[in-house]
Amino acid sequence: MTAGDSASGAPFGLTAKRTATTGTDIERTVRPRVRRGLGGWLLIAVPYLWLLTFFLAPFFIVFKISLSEVAVAIPPYLPTFDLAAGWDDFVSGITALSIDNYLWLTEDSLYWKSYVSSIVIAATSTLITLIVGYPMAYGMARAPKAWRPTLLMLVILPFWTSFLIRVYAWIGILKTEGLLNQFLLWVGLIDTPLTILNTNVAVYIGIVYSYLPFLVLPLYATLEKLDESLLEAASDLGSPPWRSFWTITVPLSLPGVIAGCFLVFIPAVGEFVIPDLLGGSDTLMIGKTLWTEFFNNRDWPVSSAVAVLLLLILVVPIVLFQNHQQRATEKGR
Amino acid sequence: MAKKPIGPVRRAFAPWEDGNATPFIEFRNVTKRFGDFTAVDDLSLKIYEREFFALLGGSGCGKTTMMRMLAGFETPNSGEIFLDGQPLRGVPPHRRPVNMMFQSYALFPHMTVEANIAFGLKQEGMARAAITERVAQMLKLVKLEDFARRKPHQLSGGQRQRVALARSLAKKPKVLLLDEPLGALDRKLREETQFELTDLQQDLGMTFVIVTHDQEEAMTMADRIAVMDKGRIIQIASPAEIYELPNSRFVADFIGDINLLECKLTGRNGDSSTLRSEIFDCDIEVAQPVEASVGDTVWFAIRPEKVRIGFDAPATAVNRLAGEVWDIGYLGDVSIYHTHIRDEETIRATVANHSRVVERPMSWEDKVWLSWDRDAGIVLTR
Repeated sequence: MTAGDSASGAPFGLTAKRTATTGTDIERTVRPRVRRGLGGWLLIAVPYLWLLTFFLAPFFIVFKISLSEVAVAIPPYLPTFDLAAGWDDFVSGITALSIDNYLWLTEDSLYWKSYVSSIVIAATSTLITLIVGYPMAYGMARAPKAWRPTLLMLVILPFWTSFLIRVYAWIGILKTEGLLNQFLLWVGLIDTPLTILNTNVAVYIGIVYSYLPFLVLPLYATLEKLDESLLEAASDLGSPPWRSFWTITVPLSLPGVIAGCFLVFIPAVGEFVIPDLLGGSDTLMIGKTLWTEFFNNRDWPVSSAVAVLLLLILVVPIVLFQNHQQRATEKGR
Repeated sequence: MAKKPIGPVRRAFAPWEDGNATPFIEFRNVTKRFGDFTAVDDLSLKIYEREFFALLGGSGCGKTTMMRMLAGFETPNSGEIFLDGQPLRGVPPHRRPVNMMFQSYALFPHMTVEANIAFGLKQEGMARAAITERVAQMLKLVKLEDFARRKPHQLSGGQRQRVALARSLAKKPKVLLLDEPLGALDRKLREETQFELTDLQQDLGMTFVIVTHDQEEAMTMADRIAVMDKGRIIQIASPAEIYELPNSRFVADFIGDINLLECKLTGRNGDSSTLRSEIFDCDIEVAQPVEASVGDTVWFAIRPEKVRIGFDAPATAVNRLAGEVWDIGYLGDVSIYHTHIRDEETIRATVANHSRVVERPMSWEDKVWLSWDRDAGIVLTR
């Protein structure tokens, strides 16, 4: 490395000249310029083409519909573009587009309430998932090495059944005469069955259950890498185990916590199946609103506007997540 | 393997020779098993206050387990460890007045150098101002004042090692445990650090216990060395004694370079003994009484630097052998001559290269004479 760095490397620096006083000389990384051949470009083109075809193009179609007007037709909106109709038709079609649907979203409180409620439900479930998942991941990472593959397998195992079927199964557990109530009655904890199904509690249970593996897996990966000698060093320096957990384990597992939380939060915001099957009529989530708009009201333009706005809302946490992952990779841990 | 430092000259410090001295650390019949493997086997050991004690041995000899039991990370299956007269059984690591410098340094990667050093002090509940003062003191001690706010990954290996040292010294523990502390450093840095560690230990007046597989490290720094093998201590003695008076072939072979000759004891007369080596077809006279019967198999051990080598038959030497130079190892400061005796067996003799002449007088296949004094070698019975 630099002269300042190697000079100060002498033990206890009796003879060391210390010239480096800031970290810049060590931290600076030089990105080498890569020369790419045709093959290289082709390789890079594949994912971009994929994104263009299957993400960007559909997005623009949805975006266009969101600017259209609802109509009794097939498809149920206007204007539609017909390539055969010529340029003038295209221009008049463009001028017919409006942002009325977006304005409508701000006028009817149902929509923004749905957004807020979705975010609140997703955030709360993420927090509960973290509280449930952290001890699981921690236990797995601290389990004897021979057990770990089995435990990992058990976390992944539910994925072998259809998501829909697993959520349906929860109906059987949570309903008034369901397994949970039968058990609680039998134990004697309650006298009358609890109403859990078709409430927000059931939605929380559903989301936490469904997304738990997405939190446990990245967290486990981080915790498993945690150098045990750090905990030994902490206890050697007088820190009791519970305190070492908060001062060493938790801060060092933060990358896993953040990754896991994003992986739960982002899909949970737009969740439709769980609130639809387990939630009640008062459970307000944007996924459900979108479904109603699209299938019950057949209002494609408004539902498209809802979808576009949802995407914009989610872009913020997604970008944050990407940034975080990027930094974690660059740090090399 | 040329330089064999006998250790720095010290003040007369030898509490282990005083029968009344109370040990500071005591292992009493300690056994530790991991499944079927016995890491430490019924081991007893006394270490005294202010001593620099080295546990030396190959990998898997139990030296690290000893240290981990002292720090509290492992519990002995049987036996008891005492620190300052108090039994340590049941005392968790965070309540032991012992600090350890880890082989991997185990610096907290998410904390700055400062925070790493302050960590132990915070656990004590020390006042903020006092912590700041002690941390500054420690940073000064290890000459890292300018690096206080860096994170461990922004430091070089040598700097990290000094942070680890500062962190383990910050609490001023009664005993400092050092687990292969210099393993990750290059040779030059290691040699300098060795002397700095000994100075530090004497200045601070702490008891240091070091675990190492590097004999040079142990010899340079320690007051006493315990050579371990298979969970047992083979010999405990000062570096010079370990080198000059090994008690077994294992110790003789482990520390430095040595010629081992299998012999029969042929005569015992008072303070001297005579041996017969069939392989070398020679009689050896040794100024040492041997605790064995005539006819028993014993081993004659002699360090290469104590064997003289020359062209002429030494007239006065009692012990001499004729041979032929087979190989020469030029190490700069010394040369090692591998000499074949009777075309078969090899004896190594080292000669210091006093002059700067590149061409040595002795060359391959030269007929030479080897000789040594009566007190140059040692007879080992096990």
